[in-house]
Amino acid sequence: MENLVQEAIQNVNLQAIMPSLVLSGLAMVLLMISVFSKRGSTTHVAWLSIVALVITGLVTLTGWNNPQAGFAGSVLFDNFATFFSMICIVAAALTILMSDDYLRREGYPVSEYYPLILFTTAGAMWMASGTDLMTIFLGLEVLSVSLYVLAGFFRNQTRSNEAGLKYFFLGAFSTGFLLYGVALLYGVTGTTKIDGIAAYVQANPDTALNTMFIAGGLLLLVGFLFKIAAAPFHMWTPDVYQGAPTPITAFMSAGPKAAAFAALMRVTIIGLDGLQSELTSLFWLLAVLTMTIGNFVALSQKDLKRMLAYSSISHAGYALVGLVAWNAIGLSAILFYMLVYTFMNLGAFAVLILIGKKGEDNLTLDGVAGLGYKKPILGIVLTIFLFSLMGLPPTAGFTGKFYIFAGAIEAGYIWLAILGVMNSAVSLYYYLRVIVQMYFRDPEEDFNWVTINVPTAISIAVSVVGVLYLGLFPNSLMNLAKMAGF
Amino acid sequence: MITVNHYMLLSAILFTIGTFGVLTRKNAIVLFMCIEVMLNSVNLTFIALSRHVGNMDGQIFVFFVMTVAAAEAAVGLALMIAFYRNKDSIDVDDFNMLKW
Repeated sequence: MENLVQEAIQNVNLQAIMPSLVLSGLAMVLLMISVFSKRGSTTHVAWLSIVALVITGLVTLTGWNNPQAGFAGSVLFDNFATFFSMICIVAAALTILMSDDYLRREGYPVSEYYPLILFTTAGAMWMASGTDLMTIFLGLEVLSVSLYVLAGFFRNQTRSNEAGLKYFFLGAFSTGFLLYGVALLYGVTGTTKIDGIAAYVQANPDTALNTMFIAGGLLLLVGFLFKIAAAPFHMWTPDVYQGAPTPITAFMSAGPKAAAFAALMRVTIIGLDGLQSELTSLFWLLAVLTMTIGNFVALSQKDLKRMLAYSSISHAGYALVGLVAWNAIGLSAILFYMLVYTFMNLGAFAVLILIGKKGEDNLTLDGVAGLGYKKPILGIVLTIFLFSLMGLPPTAGFTGKFYIFAGAIEAGYIWLAILGVMNSAVSLYYYLRVIVQMYFRDPEEDFNWVTINVPTAISIAVSVVGVLYLGLFPNSLMNLAKMAGF
Repeated sequence: MITVNHYMLLSAILFTIGTFGVLTRKNAIVLFMCIEVMLNSVNLTFIALSRHVGNMDGQIFVFFVMTVAAAEAAVGLALMIAFYRNKDSIDVDDFNMLKW
């Protein structure tokens, strides 16, 4: 007994969970601070959350090229986890910057909002660093439960309630499938560790033909595909994205999605390696389906938040192309793309937050008519983000898509790359429509309610710099992404 | 003699009942109960398989699933109360503000 305890203590390596430990600790401190703050004053909590994220970011960066395994192989904080954690931290920081003024405008200056974002980020970091399905499941749930609250945060607004409830029901439903999948995999292989599952399949090659193993793997994938909003598990996305508070919509489409991609990549590429040929054909189909559904349904959307929700579905499809390629370029391209997507999508949402009135009923195609003349800077900035979402040079959206399709072509999936490029062409239509509204329609409103506040301006500026820098000089980040692959 | 197969069959039936319930019922509370049935069928699978494979991992997993289910219940019921206050209903057919 004493030996077991000794061994367990030796296996604990706090260094491996230090970033998420620091972040959750600071988030709890912030919760206490917000309890003792005056009602309605949130700005100091927002800035303290930024400080907490910077500290966490510094702690996370110590893990670069310094992989730490801990808890008997349940956690591995390697370059891959560091990269994805940094994406989530950047996404959380940009979200918090654009939130403060928004919360006051919408009449919900409640400071629990910020610690909840930090908890979501901590969950995302667990997902990215988990090497045991148990750790990944716990990370997924920490992330999801905080997001359910955040999606339904405006509790007197039926739209937000509905978004939270829909997200909650469908999320819990998909968790059931994920867990059943884990249980079946555990029954076949006797372990929930990802490398343990891979080792078992390697030792017993006919496992890959075992019905229970295949069923378990597929059920597990359902859970992840739900989180990344891949078709046919995307139905929740538009409703939740439209109803949730706008900064949370932006955050959900960047941070948590990146974390789900991290877990999906680790589980499929390391754990389910034995099913590679079956999985690539499945992902091929899902990638095409996701891109096409996202883009074609986005064509008919009038509401900008809903349009960006469908666009985020199609972007998940592009990222899945990298997973189909299953090679070094494809995988590092996913990492690159996730960071780029964080910048361009959060930037676009930050502009929408600025031009929205209370209640945001004016965030429609007609609502931005003439924006380019009345607010030239916002017009130009939004144009840059939309160009990047379309994938046009010299923005980062172009380089990201270029790497992804390069990976697919190298792996021999020429048709997939062609379909992807054709999909990008379709997406030009609905992104350009916004730009046409901004510049080729006479302004119906004078946009005099738009006031630019410093934190949102910072987050927009960071996003613009990120989008342009990564578009013009992608090599440095791509090299980092290559070092982060496995 | 009750073997692991019987447990697997029972939990598969429970899981199917839960899934079917989520897809067909209209009341949010009943929907939530169906999700709980699904999670508990998974717990049963884990425990039966844990004995079958001969290690404790599955049983430890069950503790985490139960903890998470409790946390989800707290958040889910709170969301339902918030919705009920605004709409006087928790029928899923009334989740109709956001569509197409």
